[in-house]
Amino acid sequence: DAALAAKASNYKVSDPLTPREDATSYNNFYEFGTSKSDPAANSKDFKPRPWTIKVDGMVGKPLEFDIDDLMAKMALEERVYRFRCVEAWSMVLPWTGFMLADLIKQAEPLGSAKYVAFRTAQRPKEMPGLDTFYPVLDWPYREGLRLDEAMHPLTMLAVGIYGDLLPNQNGAPVRLVVPWKYGFKSIKSIEAITLVETQPVTAWNTAAPQEYGFYSNVNPTKDHPRWSQASESVIGSGGFFGGKKRQTEMFNGYADEVASLYAGMDLQVNY
Amino acid sequence: MATANVQPVDLPRRINRALAKVSPWVIYGVGLIPAAWYFYLGATNALGANPVQSFEHLLGEWAIRFLILTLIVTPLRELTRVNLVRFRRALGLLAFYYALMHLATYVLLDRGLDLGVIATDLMKRPYIIIGMTGFVGLLALAVTSNAASIRKMGRNWTRLHWVIYPIALLGITHYLMAVKSWPPRPLLYLAIISVLLGYRLFRRMLPNIIQRRAAA
Repeated sequence: DAALAAKASNYKVSDPLTPREDATSYNNFYEFGTSKSDPAANSKDFKPRPWTIKVDGMVGKPLEFDIDDLMAKMALEERVYRFRCVEAWSMVLPWTGFMLADLIKQAEPLGSAKYVAFRTAQRPKEMPGLDTFYPVLDWPYREGLRLDEAMHPLTMLAVGIYGDLLPNQNGAPVRLVVPWKYGFKSIKSIEAITLVETQPVTAWNTAAPQEYGFYSNVNPTKDHPRWSQASESVIGSGGFFGGKKRQTEMFNGYADEVASLYAGMDLQVNY
Repeated sequence: MATANVQPVDLPRRINRALAKVSPWVIYGVGLIPAAWYFYLGATNALGANPVQSFEHLLGEWAIRFLILTLIVTPLRELTRVNLVRFRRALGLLAFYYALMHLATYVLLDRGLDLGVIATDLMKRPYIIIGMTGFVGLLALAVTSNAASIRKMGRNWTRLHWVIYPIALLGITHYLMAVKSWPPRPLLYLAIISVLLGYRLFRRMLPNIIQRRAAA
């Protein structure tokens, strides 16, 4: 992988980085299989280039970019974010990318746009998890944010991790990173970003709405119906006997930045 | 062209004769190899990014596998006359040992003996409650698995050991409730368990010939 040129950022948590090997071998990316080791093992045939990503919907100026042109155009920076999976484990990851807001602004959102819908590539020939006896999710994988969440400075589109291009299993060539939400909101291998007026359909919310809400903000006081969200296993923190647990923080530790987005909302209802 | 002089071969009988020489202790020895291997991988940091969870899940999966093997013994005998009854206690106890190691891993390595969290799990989390219920059932079967209990309990022993069927359902339900969506592996185990329990349910409706063969 070619090292990515990126400027440093103030958005850096001080916790130790997750070992790169763990972050690139322990993944949820059901398009390549449901086991944690499947994405690294089964994504060899996936072709992240050439790749076109478009921004359309309720915008004044629909955009379409080749991924390399887009990377050349945007100012890349490296940020170290906490990453909290809904399965109660967490990592600390150095992402290279740019603010989603900087891309959306170029498309000139219309006043009527209220939400942003994202869609992952759907290529059964390159993604063996799509070509199964029964669909594990309602493909293609879709996610969504409220427009103000999408425009928040913490919300990134990442093209790299650990200073290199994203490996396929981590969502090459471009993925969302929303550090205050559960990991499944940070949709991978994005083809389309569509501004819409009403709350978009999302993959996990469709699969089990009582378990995976549209917002899915990290919230230690709102348990998953089947397991606790109060604490998390820190991946790569000492292996078999010394594995660490960490108390989960409200909004994954980003409350100062994002709590105001949800002022007046009951987060037990809007989970 | 030479004509082979084909003798009728009673394959099940041959298998049973060969198995008669195998000690049930072999089952324990072989059956515990996966646990030893995973423990070695875990202790040498070769069990991936989340070793405790991998260890816990692998042990739980082997408990289900040995439960399935235990449940296969009867239909196998009735349908093919291959008789593994001598090994059934070992298979059932292995299911119990794996469930015990799975539980111990959860208590010691996963929850770090945090009794408050464990108590909350036990009261609030249906999949934990279901798993624990299954384990208590297995415990009851394990402590009555000796010859003295069989003698002493008589017909009640058979009645008690019938709970292996609900235990199998509790085990697979526990597994399915611990995962997101519907991954293929637990669904495969569910399908196998359903067939094995369904066989018992509909046994009476099967042609008499099967029962006659079993009696032979």
